[in-house]
Amino acid sequence: MNPFDYERATDAAGAVTSVAARPGATFLAGGTNLVDHLKLGITSPELLVDISHLPLTTIEEEADGALVIGANVRNADLAAHPLVRSRHPVLSRALLSGASGQLRNLATTGGNLLQRTRCVYFQDVTTPCNKRVPGSGCSAIGGHTEQHAILGASEHCVAVHPSDMAVALAALDAEVLFLGPDGPGSVTVEELHRLPGDAPEQDTVLDPGHLITAIRIPAPAPGARSTYRKARERSSFAFALVSLAAETVVEDGVIARARLALGGVAHKPWRAHRAEEVLRGAPATTETFTAAAEAELDHARPLEGNAFKVPMARTMMIAALEELTGEDA
Amino acid sequence: MTGAIGTSTARVDGIAKVTGTARYAYEHPFTDPVYLYPVQATITRGKIDTFHASAAEEVDGVLAVLSPWNAPRLADISDPELTLLQGPEVKFRGQIIGAVIATTPEIARYAQSLVEVGYAEEEHDTVLRTDHPDRYPEDDPQTIGDDVDQALSDAEIVIDQQYSTPEEHNTPMEPHTSVARWHAEEQHLTLTTATQGPHSVVDTLAPLLGLEPQQLRVVSPHVGGGFGSKAAPHAHDVLAALGAMAVPGRSVKYAITRQQGFVFVGYRSPTQQHLRLGARADGTLTAIDHESFSQVSPVGSFSENASSISASMYAADSRRLVHHLVPLDVPPPHWMRAPGEAPGMFALEVAMDELAVAAGVDPVELRLRNDPPRDPATGNRWTSRRLVDCLHEGARQFGWQDRDPRPGVRRDGEWLVGTGMASATYPHVMMPGTKATIRHNGAGRYTVRTGAADIGTGAWTTLTLISADALGISPDRVTMEIGDSSLPTATVAGGSSGTSSWGSAIVAAAEMFRRQHGEDPDAGAQTTGGVSEDPLAEGYTAASFGAHFVEVRVHPGTGEVRVPRMRGVFSIGRVINPRTVRSQLLGGMVMGVSMALHERSVRDPRFGHVVTQDLASYHVPVHADIEDMDASWLDDSDELATPMGSRGAGEIGIVGSAAAIANAVYHATGLRLRHLPLTPAVLLGD
Repeated sequence: MNPFDYERATDAAGAVTSVAARPGATFLAGGTNLVDHLKLGITSPELLVDISHLPLTTIEEEADGALVIGANVRNADLAAHPLVRSRHPVLSRALLSGASGQLRNLATTGGNLLQRTRCVYFQDVTTPCNKRVPGSGCSAIGGHTEQHAILGASEHCVAVHPSDMAVALAALDAEVLFLGPDGPGSVTVEELHRLPGDAPEQDTVLDPGHLITAIRIPAPAPGARSTYRKARERSSFAFALVSLAAETVVEDGVIARARLALGGVAHKPWRAHRAEEVLRGAPATTETFTAAAEAELDHARPLEGNAFKVPMARTMMIAALEELTGEDA
Repeated sequence: MTGAIGTSTARVDGIAKVTGTARYAYEHPFTDPVYLYPVQATITRGKIDTFHASAAEEVDGVLAVLSPWNAPRLADISDPELTLLQGPEVKFRGQIIGAVIATTPEIARYAQSLVEVGYAEEEHDTVLRTDHPDRYPEDDPQTIGDDVDQALSDAEIVIDQQYSTPEEHNTPMEPHTSVARWHAEEQHLTLTTATQGPHSVVDTLAPLLGLEPQQLRVVSPHVGGGFGSKAAPHAHDVLAALGAMAVPGRSVKYAITRQQGFVFVGYRSPTQQHLRLGARADGTLTAIDHESFSQVSPVGSFSENASSISASMYAADSRRLVHHLVPLDVPPPHWMRAPGEAPGMFALEVAMDELAVAAGVDPVELRLRNDPPRDPATGNRWTSRRLVDCLHEGARQFGWQDRDPRPGVRRDGEWLVGTGMASATYPHVMMPGTKATIRHNGAGRYTVRTGAADIGTGAWTTLTLISADALGISPDRVTMEIGDSSLPTATVAGGSSGTSSWGSAIVAAAEMFRRQHGEDPDAGAQTTGGVSEDPLAEGYTAASFGAHFVEVRVHPGTGEVRVPRMRGVFSIGRVINPRTVRSQLLGGMVMGVSMALHERSVRDPRFGHVVTQDLASYHVPVHADIEDMDASWLDDSDELATPMGSRGAGEIGIVGSAAAIANAVYHATGLRLRHLPLTPAVLLGD
């Protein structure tokens, strides 16, 4: 790896100042992704500002029932938290379906959101990649694309975002609270990640000096039920081929509210707004669920090698909606 | 015999391993260590034009940069895989074309990135095709019995299908590691390396390096998995040795990265197979025609011969086997657990399942009907062929009786459920040449020395038990010494031959010791003995057999395949240590699950290298994938094969297991899948 400077931050504002002041500086939290990148030569920061000791480790309930989760809360702790488990089972399940126990003990909430794609070409510095070296080309197109995007990709990048947690947070309309050189700000999780367009090197809308400090999840609607389903080649410790976070509220057999987000299909957690639109106010029937899935997946543009993701996503959407709205749910 | 053999015994090195004091190659205390990192080619075929190392050499802490022009010359360049840094040619992508030696591993890796290499690149080809214009048969077709084409045209049932298995890589927990130290004054090289055979490394590398065998010592007391990939020295061993000669008196340490494990330490070639079975209406085989293809490297000759498995497995009056090699611009394939047998049995045992369906015969019954009384390849007697007993016992344990053969009709919730089975076999191999030294230390305690290797199999313990019985003492009176070329010569831990070969030598040495020194020897009494030839009598074939039974669940919507239940029953002769043998058999079966559902090295033909080069993109099963799995064995002894009555157990567990899973997937879904691995993408039709 390249030589770099290391600084242990003592407060969030100081960390922001250090990173904003120096091009090539970056934050280090759990390190489960960044340290790999240092070894592989994917990135070579000049300064690592270690924020892992900042006390952003609480999970607090606000008066309106929203949960505010510190950016340094470990994935394992977040998944196990009683309020998360009882109010947002979709989030607990998403977290527990990700990575391994050891990684969840180390990985942080903020870091999980900012992890980068596991596209094999992005991770291999001997092949061209627009996300790693802008303008060098996309090796995945025409290559090994089983894990790649079916929605929202561009001719410059077909990578997918690997997080499970972020898919659940997108479905829950969570907000990302951050601190920048100009003070605090916020953005929804759905707005946080970008589609690749012609600038796939930018994963998110945050600037380098923006430090995620917390996530805010609004209180669930009364009667809301949620679940997370992840399809993958083996039973554990594998990235999603397709994942689905789903939450519904059904009143008198009619869908009052539905929030769906897909993982493993796009450069960002894919909020299925078209499907939600079909569901809202419609009877909770298989016909409705099928129409909703079709409305979303009509826009899928699979690559050679990942067309299977379309029927996979369709099945998962219909099955999850059946499960959440069924009599015995 | 006092009966140590057959007693389930905890590993004698177990406490050292779980407390972290058992030293693997990288972990020995070395004085003055320095670190090596290779420069690798980023083209697949061509020549190096320029190699600018000055920026790397200027980095603080860099001691040397090796290139094809300044590296020490090798004395023997007859093995192209090991002919490292001797010229500008690039034969495969990722080939080692240089190295940096530095005071820390980080500096070595960083400085390596500063080496600027220019190439004259040529077009390359890395795609295995059966119609490749350069293909050639490895040998003349092996024809046994009557004319195959005639028998096939006369057959009442013909199965005629194509099968394939992908490129696969060994991914042992311990990365391939070599630590080399050149003692210039003594002109002696010490190589501490992860190997399946210390003496094989000496035999191969000493002439290469221009050394006499006594000038090279190989140390390897504990090895964290090999599966064949550590059965012979690879490029990294030569590189460490060349590095050591460049910085005499320093211990040059090199552990390969996981990514490099997908380049230059061997792999299983992909195979393409065309199988034709001819049978009578009752499923009795009349013809077997097995044609297979694998790739071969410009710098190696290893062949993954998948068709030879069909020589002896089942009875048939007509048989033809041929294997073709396709030369490609790829790194050299090498041993990976049951090379040839594992992919070959996948094709044969799926084809047998297809024949069972076509004939309307239960798959177990089909195999019973085709069990050959003598070895069909040679007409030899079997020392012990108990496939039939394995099939019966496996069927009993699994509850195979009254199985409904209809595919695609069982459901449990969203999941389709099916069962499948396949036979297993692996030849008995005993390699002559091992020697063992028995020494009486006094007070009835003995030391037994031989250069064997324990690659996680339990050899430390197994050889202790064999020694105890051979000497008529209890195991706690035996001190084993293995894993060092300064010990008496031993053959490699490969081909499931280790225990047979080393154990036979220990038994022979112990008998000689007793003849020379009696039952009450003096302290210090010592004898070296061994076995110079395979005791298997002319006219006999020895092989192990087994049967796999599997239940699978397939999600029709997502294509996910899970294996909730698996049973393997084996005939492997006498079992020396039930505890470690069970682990080896289960390990083989797990690797079969892996082969069936997960493993696939994706070699991107545009670049020429494997792009699934880490354990996130190259999957093997995790704990959650292995549910109710068990291995057991018949009460057996084969004293025509070895004096212990044992045969090998290291590889048979993987043989046939992938086919059993594919057959169960057919039973669950009605989809006959002939190309591994069976991923969700495949199940959903991509």
